[in-house]
Amino acid sequence: MDPIPALIIRDLVKTYPAPSGARTEVLRIPALGLQGGRQAALRGESGLGKTTLMHIIAGILEPDSGLVSVGGTELTGLSESRRDRFRAERLGYVFQTFNLLQGLTALENVSLGLAFGRGARAGVAMAALDRVGLADRAHYLPRQLSTGQQQRVAVARALANRPCLILADEPTGNLDTVRGGKVIDLLRSSAAELGAALLVASHDPEVLGAFEQVIDLAELNQVQAREEES
Amino acid sequence: MMLFLLIRRGLRQHIVSTAVAVLLVALGMGLVISVWVVRAEAEQSFTRSASGFDAVLGARGSKLQLVLNGLFAQETSPGNITADDYKEIRDLPFVDRTLPIVVGDNFRGVRLVGTNMDLFNNLDYSPGQVYHVEPGGRAFDPDQKEAVVGSLAAHQLGWSIGTTFHPFHGLDYDPNAQHSEIFKVVGVLAPTNTPADRVIWVPMDGVRQLGGHDPAAFTEMSAVLVRFKPGAQAAGFMLDTRYNRQGKRLTLAWPVASILGDLFSKFDWFEDALRALAYMVAVVAGASVFSAVYSSMSARKRDLAILRALGAHRGFLIAAVLGESAAIGVLGCALGFGLYACIGSVVQEILRTRIGVLLEPWAWNPVLVWGPALMVLLSVIAGAIPAWRAYRLSVAEGLSPLS
Repeated sequence: MDPIPALIIRDLVKTYPAPSGARTEVLRIPALGLQGGRQAALRGESGLGKTTLMHIIAGILEPDSGLVSVGGTELTGLSESRRDRFRAERLGYVFQTFNLLQGLTALENVSLGLAFGRGARAGVAMAALDRVGLADRAHYLPRQLSTGQQQRVAVARALANRPCLILADEPTGNLDTVRGGKVIDLLRSSAAELGAALLVASHDPEVLGAFEQVIDLAELNQVQAREEES
Repeated sequence: MMLFLLIRRGLRQHIVSTAVAVLLVALGMGLVISVWVVRAEAEQSFTRSASGFDAVLGARGSKLQLVLNGLFAQETSPGNITADDYKEIRDLPFVDRTLPIVVGDNFRGVRLVGTNMDLFNNLDYSPGQVYHVEPGGRAFDPDQKEAVVGSLAAHQLGWSIGTTFHPFHGLDYDPNAQHSEIFKVVGVLAPTNTPADRVIWVPMDGVRQLGGHDPAAFTEMSAVLVRFKPGAQAAGFMLDTRYNRQGKRLTLAWPVASILGDLFSKFDWFEDALRALAYMVAVVAGASVFSAVYSSMSARKRDLAILRALGAHRGFLIAAVLGESAAIGVLGCALGFGLYACIGSVVQEILRTRIGVLLEPWAWNPVLVWGPALMVLLSVIAGAIPAWRAYRLSVAEGLSPLS
């Protein structure tokens, strides 16, 4: 087992400004961890703060307080530009809506994932596309690909920089059951092959059923637990 | 590399607004350069076309009229001067060269200019370049009704050696005023890119002694073109005093460059109007760049958020947006140079064929550098607000699921 944990969260608090001007607490997580190379699902209905948590883990958002450490690097201690760099070099992110740039080909989209980190290399990007079975569609634009193929390109983009942690936020939300299952299989096998940890946020029972470890955000997030009690 | 790729694809994705912005920048750039260069170059071209003459001596009248008539074969002559006047100035010790001219007739609008053999006697119209007849031809015989036709006039009239013609009386073409005398073309003047190219050169007596001309004026001439010896510029002051201040019968148009400058200064108001128009078009072009980049940025907010999510720092987004606006500016300038080349060619052709002055549109002028620099700067400034919005973009908002 990898001695360095892929993810450590401690005493995380995140608030958003409410229209009244006060701040509304959306996340309060005492502790969350994921060992290197392990795979887990994060269960939560829409609006529970899954995406906010994923964005905080990715360094896109900053928490109000608490500690977030990814692959041994404490993100909460980094400046925004250092977090950007870290995300480009060490993290893979798969979005629900694929988030491919429509003006770029599949190969260019994957290269984009590398460009802000270790640098775009066509060979590496092509290998990532090959891994998801789309080498022959490298020069297709997203609109020329099916939704399943688009999500596979997004997976290839997330894998290309050989991340230590792959985050997938509702990766099957826009796919049918069969294609969704294939994407989850692809994510799991690729993460295992790369030795990367995988955290998939979803509310889909089919997806959650594919993981041995399922983290329930409703239980984990004390804000949610308080609301349910009241 | 990725930055350039994104800029290129971004421009292509919004091809219509990009094309409109590029066209407007091109128009602004073309106009700015045209207004500045054509004005400056036209004045210089006119001065160059003075063929090295410093002054024009003619009958009492307007200096500008003398210069236009004597050097550019435009306008009418204010009157005649006598052969003695000509000899007097020709024989002054500080006068290097003179060329007497007689005007008064035409052939279908192309002027006949009478002169003497000095035209062919190693007379240079610019340093190291002398008037000469094309091979196969020869200078006219001063005692015969012969003509040497300017290259442009020969082309325009379709004349060659051996062509004969009946001149028409007056400077303006009147089909009912044809002389009975026949002239024969014996040579074509090699191209000089001066007004000499667009006239028909004949012996002075050939013009003066045509039917219908006043016999009393048979020894007179319309003007004398004068060149001072090198280093004898004080001669101009002396002759200016003699002819213009003390005398009342003759006018010395000197210095030619200054008189031409006065001519151009009469059009300053028009130039100012054109400059204002060019500035306005440049501002409109800047606004169109702003509109194109702003709408492109708004439409691609999600793309920019994706870039941020993939690790692009905020400075990269600024560079991408400013790069787009700068690219529109650069493309517009490239097209603007093309537009200016067209405008310059048209103006060049008009001046060459109608006045015989050769404009050089690509002669060095600082506007050729500051014009494009200004347009690119305007474009970049126009992209500043969209760039700032891109900088301030919230990734989480930009990535929120599409409705």
